[in-house]
Amino acid sequence: MNILPLRLTAAEVRRRGKRLLGPVDLTLGTGGVTVIVGPNGSGKTTLLRVMHGVERLSSGSANWAVPDRDAQARQAFVFQSPIMLRRSVAANLRYPLALHGVARADQDVAVTEWAAKIGLSDALTTPAPRLSGGERQKLALARALIGKPQVLFLDEPCASLDGAATLAIEGLLRDARDAGVRIVMATHDMGQARRLADDALFVLGGTIAEAASRDRFFDRPQHPALASFLNGDIVT
Amino acid sequence: MNTITEGLLSAAKLVVTLDPDLVEISLRSLRVTLTALVVASIIAIPLGTVLAIQRFRYRRTVIALLNAFMGLPPVVVGLVIYVLLSRAGPLGVLGLLFTPTAMVIAQVVIITPLIASVTHQAMRDLWADYHDLLISLNATKRQRIMTLIYDGRRTLLTAVLAGFGRAIGEVGAIMIVGGNIEHATRVLTTAIALETGKGDFALALGLGFVLIGMAIAVNLAIHALSGTEREGRW
Ligand SMILES: Nc1ncnc2c1ncn2[C@@H]1O[C@H](COP(=O)(O)OP(=O)(O)OP(=O)(O)O)[C@@H](O)[C@H]1O
Ligand SMILES: [Mg+2]
Repeated sequence: MNILPLRLTAAEVRRRGKRLLGPVDLTLGTGGVTVIVGPNGSGKTTLLRVMHGVERLSSGSANWAVPDRDAQARQAFVFQSPIMLRRSVAANLRYPLALHGVARADQDVAVTEWAAKIGLSDALTTPAPRLSGGERQKLALARALIGKPQVLFLDEPCASLDGAATLAIEGLLRDARDAGVRIVMATHDMGQARRLADDALFVLGGTIAEAASRDRFFDRPQHPALASFLNGDIVT
Repeated sequence: MNTITEGLLSAAKLVVTLDPDLVEISLRSLRVTLTALVVASIIAIPLGTVLAIQRFRYRRTVIALLNAFMGLPPVVVGLVIYVLLSRAGPLGVLGLLFTPTAMVIAQVVIITPLIASVTHQAMRDLWADYHDLLISLNATKRQRIMTLIYDGRRTLLTAVLAGFGRAIGEVGAIMIVGGNIEHATRVLTTAIALETGKGDFALALGLGFVLIGMAIAVNLAIHALSGTEREGRW
């Protein structure tokens, strides 16, 4: 069952009379990595949450190729600051599987496999909230991928991580992409955006100011604000 | 000899000789309070958790009521339950007045709001933490509640222990609904009140020390069982 494409039609989010997002028209097709960039407060997180279905739309619509319930079960989200359950590393990995009724033996296999992939095999019994920032981020990513989602949303997964930790995360993301996971990621790291993106969105003031394939986006930006943003100028 | 030393001595004597009356009323105290605690927790913990995660029409009203009920004077609770259970009252046919069951009911009414209120506060903070993740993972309402209760179990334990402390030391309500009948509804606190009234301060103090000892022992036992100290904070 393919849940894609996702179609946003005139999607708008307003809170307390203020427009946070929209109107946004966007189709998210199958395959690849879409990177979302834009200044602070431009609406990247809100856009991701709208796509994932955890932010209520004030108007417009967001539709997957299948009914929402089926689509929900096949998506995962890694939040801007990783949410650790107050349990062990193993229990955090196990949690999504347990929620969806995966057999205990299969849970064990998956937990062992993913702990190894993120280098936490020796920390299975460590309380997750005690992990370092980088380890938490990796754990949050593994916990998102362990349920084999078809679409993975990430909100600045490498904010405040150093180079090595960032590369480790990017490695996991490439593996996921190669395994067919559709990735949508917000980031402030332009190097990372170039390294991972197949196509990119530039969000400005709650709307999508530019959407293009990687090369066009980074090398021949059309929107003047994107050109200065890529230049490192301050854009508001 | 001053009264305190006398009290200690008489407490020691009662305990060492396993005075049958003391054993009887101590066990009754424990049984009544632990029963009330279990019943109250079964009501209060899910209630407090639901109040933390569920938006519904009269949520604020319920929370305000809970907080108000926390401050109910036990004597008044006892009085109301007495009226309800008395032969002429609406629940008179049950014949519960002056039984340990009536005392359990009174304690449940007194500690449920306390446990629910502390649960609500703790679960509200945890829910703020977990909200996005649990929504994103499509956890059902039941799964959300179970997750919060499980991960918040250490705070909940504190709530339950607070309830235990309040219930085991309560005297006003259970005196009214239980009647302090020897070999039937006499418990530590009502016995203390009685002995104090009779002027037997040594015995009253002795019973008081037993009560304190028991409260501490139960606290330690529950902590040990749940491994709170061993695992430390998450
Ligand atoms: N629930 C809310 N109520 C009111 N305003 C909100 C709410 N959520 C977000 N906002 C506002 O919406 C705007 C967009 O926020 P959003 O988090 O989507 O930006 P962002 O692009 O992710 O920023 P950053 O790069 O800092 O993460 C901001 O001005 C923010 O303050
Ligand atoms: Mg953001």
